[in-house]
Amino acid sequence: MSELTLTVMRLGFLAVLWLFVIVAVQVIRSDLFGTRVTQRPVARRADQQPAPQRRAERGRPPAQDRGRGKTRRGAPTKLVITEGSLTGTTVALQGQTITLGRAHDSTIVLDDDYASGRHARIYPDRDGQWIVEDLGSTNGTYLDRGRLTTPVPIPPGAPIRIGKTVIELRK
Amino acid sequence: MSSTSNTTVSTGGLPSRRNTELAMLVFAVLVPVLAYANVGLAKDGSLPAGMAGYGLGLGLLAGVTHLVVRRWAPYADPLMLPIAVLLNGLGLVLIWRLDQEPTITTPALGGPMAPNQLLWSAVGVALFLAVLLFLKDHRILQRYTYISMVVALFLLVMPLIPGIGRQVNGARIWVSLPGIGSLQPAEFAKIVIAVFFAGYLMVKRDALALASRRVLGLYLPRGRDLGPILVIWGISLMILVFETDLGTSLLFFGVFVIMLYVATERTSWIVFGLLLSAGGAVFVASFNSHVGERVDQWLNPLEYEPGYVTETAQVVFSFGSGGLLGSGLGQGYTRLIQGIAPKSDYILATVGEELGLAGLMAVILLYALLIERGFRTALAARDPFGKLLAMGLTAVFALQTFVVAGGVLGVIPLTGMTMPFLAQGGSSVIANWALIALLLRISDTARRPAPAPAPSLDAEETQVVRA
Repeated sequence: MSELTLTVMRLGFLAVLWLFVIVAVQVIRSDLFGTRVTQRPVARRADQQPAPQRRAERGRPPAQDRGRGKTRRGAPTKLVITEGSLTGTTVALQGQTITLGRAHDSTIVLDDDYASGRHARIYPDRDGQWIVEDLGSTNGTYLDRGRLTTPVPIPPGAPIRIGKTVIELRK
Repeated sequence: MSSTSNTTVSTGGLPSRRNTELAMLVFAVLVPVLAYANVGLAKDGSLPAGMAGYGLGLGLLAGVTHLVVRRWAPYADPLMLPIAVLLNGLGLVLIWRLDQEPTITTPALGGPMAPNQLLWSAVGVALFLAVLLFLKDHRILQRYTYISMVVALFLLVMPLIPGIGRQVNGARIWVSLPGIGSLQPAEFAKIVIAVFFAGYLMVKRDALALASRRVLGLYLPRGRDLGPILVIWGISLMILVFETDLGTSLLFFGVFVIMLYVATERTSWIVFGLLLSAGGAVFVASFNSHVGERVDQWLNPLEYEPGYVTETAQVVFSFGSGGLLGSGLGQGYTRLIQGIAPKSDYILATVGEELGLAGLMAVILLYALLIERGFRTALAARDPFGKLLAMGLTAVFALQTFVVAGGVLGVIPLTGMTMPFLAQGGSSVIANWALIALLLRISDTARRPAPAPAPSLDAEETQVVRA
């Protein structure tokens, strides 16, 4: 074998090996540039028009979803406790997950005999819609009158009931 | 706040990406075939005779795994399988290339090893398929938390049992079973112990994270919560003392500390872990001659003993001789390293000499990408057990890669572990294929689109039923 052929093969193999690495990185590009982390800044004005129908937004291609600072119009800005021992408490919704339960590390520590240690959580999904999820509580979490079995988006103004506590999301 | 451990990072509604995986797999099979041709042309001036055989063998393994993943884990990560196949294929070519050197392929050293390695790879792929076929949900493993602990401890002490345990090169990590051959049980124990840690920490993480006092900015856990970490530390020290295997010991303790940190989000565990392992390492290195010898060779590779060149020094020379772009496949001199070590522990030396810094970096990046995919799986997993298990398995893989590559490159003292997929060794390749299968299973669950919420009965319209 001539020296030239061997050199070409040697460098060619290195090129192919690196090409594989680069292609592999391209495959996971969406991970590097297109991720949506569930925590997001929520800065919005209260006097804007109500939210467009959520369902219609579901089918959007992920690429359009990148602008993370974008405010969702008419989204709730605070969580208000309307009944129960904590009545009047409000928690600002700033894109963080809110845990509810009797456990002392919950965001809202419920002093309610019918609440479980880790009762439910409320969190924004990737396009800012707030979801309530029951964490396997004993007495259940109710949205309007229906007991939750799966994570459900919270419609504006719908009361969430945990034991004797009622929670609403408000603008 | 502990709720951050429930945060999932997703890339949105991704398609299953099986076709991407297929394309990458074809690429991953072609690269080793090219390397194979490269070695043959450099050594004999002609394409090697077994090229079609090895290429087809590797292609067949890749094809079967792809079909099974497509059918039984359709949403699994598209990159892990191709990278594993590529590393395994490169390993086969490198071992075959070293088999061409008569001085290190004598019958006393075990003869040619590539055919056996291909066989072990096939067994590994079979185990990979079995895991994907029979383990429908990784959460089933959660039921076997404490059984896993017993199994892992048994596997760890197996080499110490008289009769079946064997001591090779000063480390007692081998078990020879009549009729099957010899294997390293620690390779399998590392997977089982990750299952135990994941199951244990999922239950205990609140106690470990919350019941603590804050002293000097660090959260000090209570004594009884500290118990398990001390027990694991003791066990890993005992491995170090009785099996004189630095690698396994580092692996087990490291995985435990990493998983504790991930489960509890308390930096203090890292501080404790580092202090304990540093203390343990210094203690053992000064009282155990085998480990002490390794440390001496690492610190003084060139003047360890007059007239004797340490393997560490030989490896450094091979890297130096490779330079930036390498000498070309089949044109290096790693055969000069003693014994069968160039095929097993020092396989990276051949990569470094024949592919140069550029090739070595590419190979290390491949490992890094595989590890990144594992961490990404852990981030995307929805259930805490899956998160911890993916984290633990990836940590095992990452630590093993670090321990071997670090040992060969002179970052840490050399240990008796094998480079995952690349190095010669049956137990290692089989165990790592099983590890990848578990990660793919978790990743399939994690990336699977969430089911649509069930319609609530109350939301239904009222209907009048007329008789």
